[in-house]
Amino acid sequence: MNQPVLDTSPKVSDEVRKTTCYMCACRCGINVHMKDGKVAYIEGNRDHPVNKGVLCAKGSAGIMQVNAPSRLRTPLKRVGPRGSGEFEEISWDEALEIAAGWLGPVRKDDPSKLAFFTGRDQSQSFTSFWAQNFGTPNYAAHGGFCSVNMAAAGIYTMGGAFWEFGQPDWEHTKLFMLFGVAEDHDSNPIKMGIGKIKARGARVIGVNPIRSGYNAVADDWVGITPGTDGLFILALVHVLMKAGKIDLDYLSRYTNAPVLVNAAEGPEQGLFLRDSDSKPLVIDRITGKLTPFDQKGVRPDLSATYEKDGVTHRPVFHQMAERYLSDEYAPEAVAERCGISAGKIRAIAAELARVAFDEAFELDKEWTDFRGETHSKMIGRPVSMHSMRGISAHANGFQTCRALHVLQIILGTVEVPGGFRFKPPYPKPVEAHPVPHVGVTANQPLDGPHLGFVRGPEHLALKEDGSPARIDKAFTWENPMSSHGLMHMVISNAHAGDPYKIDTLFMYMANMSWNSSMNTKGVMEMLTDKDENGDYVIPRIIYSDAYSSEMVAYADLILPDTTYLERHDCISLLDRPICEADAAADAIRWPVVEPDRDVRGFQTVLVQLANKLGLPGFTNEDGSAKYTDYADYIVNHERKPGIGPLAGFRGENGDQEGRGAVNPDQMNRYIENGSFYVSHIPDGADYYKPWNSAYQDWAVGMGIYDSPQPYLFQLYVEPMRKFQLAAEGHGERQPPDHLRDQIKTTLDPLPIWYETDQTGNEGYTVNALTQRPMAMYHSWGTQNAWLRQLHGRNPLYVPTKLMHDHGLSDGDWARVSSPHGAITVPVMEMASLNENTVWTWNAIGKRKGAWALSNDAPEATKGFLLNHLIHELLPPKGDGLRWANSDPITGQAAWFDLKVKIEKAEAPSDAQSQPEFAPIKSPVGQGPDALAWKVGK
Amino acid sequence: MTELPTNTKRKMGLVIDLDTCVGCHACVISCKGWNTENYGAPLSDQDPYGADPSGTFLNRVHSYEVQPESGPAQLIHFPKSCLHCEDAPCVTVCPTGASYKRVEDGIVLVNESDCIGCGLCAWSCPYGARELDQAEGVMKKCTLCVDRIYNDNLPEEDRVPSCVRTCPAGARHFGDFADPDSNVSKLSAERGGMDLMPEMGTKPVNKYLPPRPKDQIDEQIDILAPLLAPVADEASGFLGWLDKALDKMPGGSR
Repeated sequence: MNQPVLDTSPKVSDEVRKTTCYMCACRCGINVHMKDGKVAYIEGNRDHPVNKGVLCAKGSAGIMQVNAPSRLRTPLKRVGPRGSGEFEEISWDEALEIAAGWLGPVRKDDPSKLAFFTGRDQSQSFTSFWAQNFGTPNYAAHGGFCSVNMAAAGIYTMGGAFWEFGQPDWEHTKLFMLFGVAEDHDSNPIKMGIGKIKARGARVIGVNPIRSGYNAVADDWVGITPGTDGLFILALVHVLMKAGKIDLDYLSRYTNAPVLVNAAEGPEQGLFLRDSDSKPLVIDRITGKLTPFDQKGVRPDLSATYEKDGVTHRPVFHQMAERYLSDEYAPEAVAERCGISAGKIRAIAAELARVAFDEAFELDKEWTDFRGETHSKMIGRPVSMHSMRGISAHANGFQTCRALHVLQIILGTVEVPGGFRFKPPYPKPVEAHPVPHVGVTANQPLDGPHLGFVRGPEHLALKEDGSPARIDKAFTWENPMSSHGLMHMVISNAHAGDPYKIDTLFMYMANMSWNSSMNTKGVMEMLTDKDENGDYVIPRIIYSDAYSSEMVAYADLILPDTTYLERHDCISLLDRPICEADAAADAIRWPVVEPDRDVRGFQTVLVQLANKLGLPGFTNEDGSAKYTDYADYIVNHERKPGIGPLAGFRGENGDQEGRGAVNPDQMNRYIENGSFYVSHIPDGADYYKPWNSAYQDWAVGMGIYDSPQPYLFQLYVEPMRKFQLAAEGHGERQPPDHLRDQIKTTLDPLPIWYETDQTGNEGYTVNALTQRPMAMYHSWGTQNAWLRQLHGRNPLYVPTKLMHDHGLSDGDWARVSSPHGAITVPVMEMASLNENTVWTWNAIGKRKGAWALSNDAPEATKGFLLNHLIHELLPPKGDGLRWANSDPITGQAAWFDLKVKIEKAEAPSDAQSQPEFAPIKSPVGQGPDALAWKVGK
Repeated sequence: MTELPTNTKRKMGLVIDLDTCVGCHACVISCKGWNTENYGAPLSDQDPYGADPSGTFLNRVHSYEVQPESGPAQLIHFPKSCLHCEDAPCVTVCPTGASYKRVEDGIVLVNESDCIGCGLCAWSCPYGARELDQAEGVMKKCTLCVDRIYNDNLPEEDRVPSCVRTCPAGARHFGDFADPDSNVSKLSAERGGMDLMPEMGTKPVNKYLPPRPKDQIDEQIDILAPLLAPVADEASGFLGWLDKALDKMPGGSR
């Protein structure tokens, strides 16, 4: 046949530039193909530890991001009223002059008048360093309204959590159970892992009210009632303990299950018995004697008690048996509440037991534990788990996350082959983390890092009069263990002047006047509210973003950021790196294209501001600037001698890793290496990391620890008990009386489940949730010309039963109300959904005028936010107090505690979702009418 | 009318695993990125920032809810692109010969310089796998990345369609169905690879692997029940069991 002759080997590109993706927080390696100096095509980097060549929809759509019409072009100074979007374009000189003119006096007078909160910031070790040198205690990123419960519960319980802290042992696991994962964090690795384990016949169990994404491919789906995960998990713990399907050897060696708890009434009741060196005490099963837990040859006894002065001190494990064997946690007792049959709970427990114990296996790897005992093999228990926001964003989320880790631990599946594995710099016990610092001195740096892990009331961030030291009230009696701060409370508290007034609110990458706030309309009002003098209640707002987001209109000064392909960044071991369970790894970004606008990377702007203000950490002794820009900082900054933001290619010749002198050529070495660096953990050091001497020694060499840090998993969290003791009246620092009961009840040192505060929820019985689509998670996808064609609409998904109950059909409108507000939105039926839960895609809805979309874009007409139904405060209880809609332990925003009522409604006359907001004036105009993207000839 | 080859030396195509496709759309966008830059006219987008954005895509993912006779409803993600049929009606219907099936590998292509944009091929395709580019006025369809799979400028491991290279879940596989020992032939045989709408007689080359049975765990409780035999009914009995169990452990007896 006569067929066309094709050139099947066309030139692919002029050049491939390798950098790190930032379309979400997954941080995959990408190959950016360049033609004629422009970005032509983006694919995954096969050599990269995170994605190994694959790339998600967001990553491939990066080309539409670097060319997005919504990109800000130049610094802006507000000229109209706040919220109007009226700006004047100014130069960088003027912008920096204005910012320094505001911040300089604040620093000289009272640095805490600056509230500096960064949103989806991947440079927290740098931004916190800046804030610390400025001297304000008011710094955090977005963890408080995201997943701090997950992170903090993981660290307090076992020295690390999921996502960047650890991962399933994809090579060996045979049963993977995931809870509340909204198609989110660690997105490509989870997809790769699920594909890999399914290919070899391993099973996946998905626990989620919504059966989409990963839950759609799960072999078994558990459509749980939102907020009851902790109860379900503790029922699994109950069944497993009752059947003796627990790893006693593991519990005795590696956890605090055998540690003796002081039973004597008084200020130490419930704390651990300790020796004079403060080491927790156990009974040695071999000698029957009391001994510190870590002595050579000691076999801690899970059962033995210790008598002294007529008091019987019992090990943690006794308390666990007493609590979890109680009928309160029997499957029959929890089934109805969880929406899961007792039979199914038992079946899942049995399957966990079967795989953990009957399919146990051994790896021929010798290792030596911290007690000096050498083991000839590693025992594998091929059950792994993963979880994220779904279980975390509830006011009982911390305890739920703790319960999940306890489940993993009693099965002996953490840091063993086939189970869950930490990624460096984790495991890292609470003791290796800082405590919060709030020591403010005018014109001086803060006295230490802002955020940390409190060990007891002595570390709360309180002023001498007992009032909160931080604007977000983190580390106070309201939420003592708020390790990530409470970004969602900053605007509300600053507006209320509670605990104090501020001068300047400085934010980065946080869409607080739209989808990143609860009570969106209220937040807009707070940002624009004026006092009796006609001045804004929040006097000054500086905001940095790369795009024309809804928040831009509410700031006085806009510092336009670059896109991720136009900037330097480092994904650092000092921060949230990209390590794998087998390796430490970090990465950079570099400008694979130069900006075609008058924009600057935000971190470089912070360096320039620091230089203008003469901030100590940025200034040499002779007064000259230490760094010219962020790239300079990345290479030359040393946190401790020999330890800097990047671990690879250190030393003068670039041949040292972890510790080593500054290498001026380090950035180029990273670029040559594909913009990342990997250091593999030696064989035999790769499991049992918290207790494995070989791993501990390797970690010290890498600069992760200064000395070996072996520790026990904390089934029982002693710091929580210290807060309870305070609430019981012990100690000098005492909580206010109205919080005593809350602290006594919720800060239980062993995981519990409790119903979240239902004040005001009478008549609101339907659970309402959000999730982000996979193709947009943690990204700015709604403006992206390709991605918005996938997910440009967000109906309210309503389960079949509720559709019928309310006489609804697809395309009908419903009024959805909560104790706080009401929205009117289009509905669509979904059968694979918990029968009493509705949900929608979050952050699809956009405000008219934002993101360079036209005013009739579906995102701006029918798109909507559930945020209007959620308040940052609980409904008033009549006590005159402001109760945050947050976890009482960590302050995590309780987004998913939302309860609503749904009613069929008339279609709004303009067929637009309600409430509607007036368009904001766009600083960038609207995008083009057509695209045909091809940069090559 | 355009003729189909009576036989092709190779039958290149895809195996798509519906058991593992999580519906992430990675393949959709990677395809868009590669193919707007490469073979033929770019894949245009109309009203990309407006009320009704509508662009040309060679691969789309649809999601369907399925209600089995018993058990909860399921959601199936279903990626769809040209299946490179052996009896491709889109080829025989083409009035200009623009639409053709390659003799050497069976890939169905459109020679854009001969395409008049009449749309007959799209009408004849039972799968809706062809899209007329609104800017260029020519028919666009999956090329199986014919400009990648033989491309000497790419490393050998990258000579696969972009959708296959990018798929995070590993749900897409590429190979030669004419070779019974190829990865795709074996995978399809092992997992019961299915034709899409075989009743249409198009003999599609691409195969779909069906999802494994779901939600079976409740039925296994009888088999699993012995695993859960209680060691004791309450805490005191449990501690008795514990002592005995600890004694049985290596080095456990005092």
